[in-house]
Amino acid sequence: MKIMILGCGKVGTRLSQVLSKEGNEVIIIDRDIEAFKQLGEDFKGKTFSGLGIDRMFLKQTGIEKAEVFIAVTNNDNINIMSAQIAKRLFNVPRVIVRIEDPVRAQVFQDLDIETYCPTTVSVKSIHKMLTKKS
Amino acid sequence: MYMIIVGAGKVGYNLTKLLMNKGHEVAVIEKNKERYTKLVDELGEILILGDAIDVDILKIAGANRADVLVATTGQDEENLVICQMVKIMFINPKTIALVNDPQNEDVFAGLGIDSTVSSTRIIDMLIEQKMDTSMITPLLALKGGKVEIIQAELTKNSPLAGKQLIDVTLPSECIIISVIRQGQEDVVIPRGNTVLNAGDTVIALVSKDNLSALQNILFKQNSRTVVGS
Repeated sequence: MKIMILGCGKVGTRLSQVLSKEGNEVIIIDRDIEAFKQLGEDFKGKTFSGLGIDRMFLKQTGIEKAEVFIAVTNNDNINIMSAQIAKRLFNVPRVIVRIEDPVRAQVFQDLDIETYCPTTVSVKSIHKMLTKKS
Repeated sequence: MYMIIVGAGKVGYNLTKLLMNKGHEVAVIEKNKERYTKLVDELGEILILGDAIDVDILKIAGANRADVLVATTGQDEENLVICQMVKIMFINPKTIALVNDPQNEDVFAGLGIDSTVSSTRIIDMLIEQKMDTSMITPLLALKGGKVEIIQAELTKNSPLAGKQLIDVTLPSECIIISVIRQGQEDVVIPRGNTVLNAGDTVIALVSKDNLSALQNILFKQNSRTVVGS
């Protein structure tokens, strides 16, 4: 599968490594070229440095052929905007976005974008741990 | 009208003052504390400290009863998300977003923002206007600038002066929607038999691609090609 990942932070890096090892064609994007160092030398995917909300840049990276687009930068708004560009302007079949803010995550989930909210997930898991103990 | 301005930077601040002077009711949301402190004495309680992406802040600003929300921050992604959130969470307000990077104008239009303002495009239009001897004034850009409503005053040398509209061949994506005649109070809604005169101001709806063709028809004598933005 051709998978494009926006944001080469902790999540982006690990996710790229895992998906690449599984045999997927991974393209990772970050505005900071230094960030790609974390990927390690045996990373087989492609890296591009540029802005994830820059439509021309995304086109150059080959987004039109991507089957999945995943936005995991540390900026909710950039994630939301790039995801919509991927989904509505480039018709990427599957788009997954990380949104830290639960309210925004809910709103854009309703707009037919798959959202993942680490805040809500953390709250749920910690709460679960607490209730298990007692 | 009641308007909410997001961002009290240069654009937001000056827009606020302008709208207040015109008698509108305005609230401004600014998230930077330093900027807020600097302006709060002057603007008073209409200035709200907070992040406009926060629904509670929008409620405090009165988003439920606002007619318009204008997002003027320096970040396009922020302006986009704020406008989209407002569209979903509040029924009423029309949204206008400042587009800092002109290439995002199309993106915003494609993602459902009511209107966008791009300072780069406005300056570009102004320069074109200044440089152009045959004056076409853009009045309104629709569909992210793909279609425009323009006005132009016909000169004595205009090939259209003295002609009946039925005899004029316009570009394919263009219609003349009205004619403003000097010394005449009513606006002329043109028909085939309307005769155009020198001094008339013609208002037309035209696609961006057909703009230079229209310009040629209006001012063939000293025509020049409009450089696309």
